[in-house]
Amino acid sequence: MRYFLNRLGFLLLSIWAALTLNFVLPRLMPGNPAEIMLGKFQGRMPPQALKAFEIQFGFSNKPMIIQYFQYLGSMLTGHWGLSYTYYPTSVQTIISNSLPWTLGLLGIIWLLSVTVGTFTGIFIAWKRGGVLDSIAPIITMFFQAIPQFWLALVLLYVFGFTLNWFPMAHSYGDNVTVGWNFAFISSVIYYATLPAVVIFLGSVSGWIIGMRNNMMMTLGEDYVVFAEAKGVSTRRLIFSYAARNALLPQITSIAIALSTIIGGQILIEQVFSYQGIGFQLTNAVSGEDYPLIQGMFLIIAVTTLLINFVVDMVYGRLDPRIRRRGATS
Amino acid sequence: MSTDGKPVVNSVRRARRRRSHGNGALHAFFQNGKAIVGFSIFSVFVLVGVFAWLLAPYDPASTNFPPSLGPSWAHWLGTTNTGQDIFSQFIWGTQTSLIVGVGAAVVSTLIGFIVGVYGGYKGGIADSILNAFSNIFLVMPGLALLILIESYVKNTTPIVNGLIIALTGWAWGARVFRSVAMSLASRDFIVAARLSGAGTLRIMFAEILPNMTSQIAGNLIYSCLGAIMAEAGLAYLGFENIASNSWGTILFWAQNGGAMLNGAWWWFVPPGMAIALVGTSLALMNFGIDQITNPRLRVQKSQVRGVRKTDTVQAGGTRDV
Repeated sequence: MRYFLNRLGFLLLSIWAALTLNFVLPRLMPGNPAEIMLGKFQGRMPPQALKAFEIQFGFSNKPMIIQYFQYLGSMLTGHWGLSYTYYPTSVQTIISNSLPWTLGLLGIIWLLSVTVGTFTGIFIAWKRGGVLDSIAPIITMFFQAIPQFWLALVLLYVFGFTLNWFPMAHSYGDNVTVGWNFAFISSVIYYATLPAVVIFLGSVSGWIIGMRNNMMMTLGEDYVVFAEAKGVSTRRLIFSYAARNALLPQITSIAIALSTIIGGQILIEQVFSYQGIGFQLTNAVSGEDYPLIQGMFLIIAVTTLLINFVVDMVYGRLDPRIRRRGATS
Repeated sequence: MSTDGKPVVNSVRRARRRRSHGNGALHAFFQNGKAIVGFSIFSVFVLVGVFAWLLAPYDPASTNFPPSLGPSWAHWLGTTNTGQDIFSQFIWGTQTSLIVGVGAAVVSTLIGFIVGVYGGYKGGIADSILNAFSNIFLVMPGLALLILIESYVKNTTPIVNGLIIALTGWAWGARVFRSVAMSLASRDFIVAARLSGAGTLRIMFAEILPNMTSQIAGNLIYSCLGAIMAEAGLAYLGFENIASNSWGTILFWAQNGGAMLNGAWWWFVPPGMAIALVGTSLALMNFGIDQITNPRLRVQKSQVRGVRKTDTVQAGGTRDV
């Protein structure tokens, strides 16, 4: 319980930090560029929306502290402002239109990547000293050093442009009607294939090598040696004795890798013009659409923090040592 | 802890001896095959960067050539759609990317060191605050934060970008340094230094720093890779002064100049390849450092039966972007 409260406290603290960052940044910058945008807004927006915009970016004569609480209030009550590029669509609408694309693609591929990677890691550890074992670290290293968005560019060039197997952009074809019909769903899968392959290739090797190393660590533990001496079958030894404990650090790795994953996703969406959160964020920056930028950053931050929280909770469930100690971080 | 002088002097002497191990570690680093390969690759890139003015055949900004040429003897990597020599851009881009990578690594490691070691060494309320602060930075989505900052600071040069990357990417180092500093804080030689009247700053830099060189080296290496990747990503998205010359801006121009639709793979393949090679070389060097300084890896060697290699790669990809 104490562990739970501790992590919950940290979640709230970090969300507050993200909110505050959004508030402070436009006010820190000399010659606030949002001010230029305000000029463009004038006459296009009802006075009420304009006022909200002023609160959000600090063009009011009220004391900073009052601005701050007004800002926090409007953020917490879901008034994230109107997008400039998609005026008069609200930022929340754009978020709810693009978030499912990102989470869907990212979530499915990451589950796949972690699962495949973990089992391959177990397999390699089992066959330790084999060919696969000696080349895996080198391949992994190379794949981790490749910028994912560049891998995306190369695959797009080979399979999209040269071979023409896959579409070059977007998340579904123009000729299908959006909805739960077969044509739409298969189109979505078809369009998502290349981005999915990039995300998978960019991430799976890390899980393989991580699991392999964890397995090596646990295989050297006394209780495993003892079990082996006792005559436990290899299969049982690998899965019930070693792999179970080797899984724990993998879960921590998910939290560590999260920031990388999200960053990679933003770039990949841009390469494929895939209509997710990252694509919207970069477009919003190019279009100087500040309410949308803030909203996108906030939703990315909050999603990241929430996933982190969930990972912490899962870890706490699986490892009672952590729960009792009440993590200090 | 006795205060009658002798043990204290002894422990100080021991600490001094520990410090002089530096050369031995360097020697051991070059005994490691992977470290040598990594060091060699990295050195080639450094040389290219340093001698860019000699190696680049043309001015990278000059638009005096026929546009959209393929690779030829005159233009090894062809020309852009505006008639610039891509090979020259690549050579100068090497310099920029390395300066950004190394510079950001140094700055972020320094910030991480100060925040982490100060907290870890001092403990108490200062530590709690600093630790919470670094944990918040640790969980924030790095690239999204960079993009947010870029949206306010327009048209940044690569150097400014490197600085922003460093200012947002120090948290991992701080966490590592903190844990080492915590374990060192109660050691005899630190206590001895404190009793002899050394100030906090002096203890941090003269006593603690020499005892965590491996963590510092490892952090420099990973921050460097992270910064090169982040800078390339930002530049590719167009959030860098597009007149600047880095591997990322080459990719940006390739994307916007229709390299993809014209089949000009020689335009966008080399920069990514170069990043991957630099990254691999850094990771290889990190292997060397790990082997020397991580005693667990050495213990493992004797414990795990049938394992020939004890390589460890950080699970889950590189940390920064």
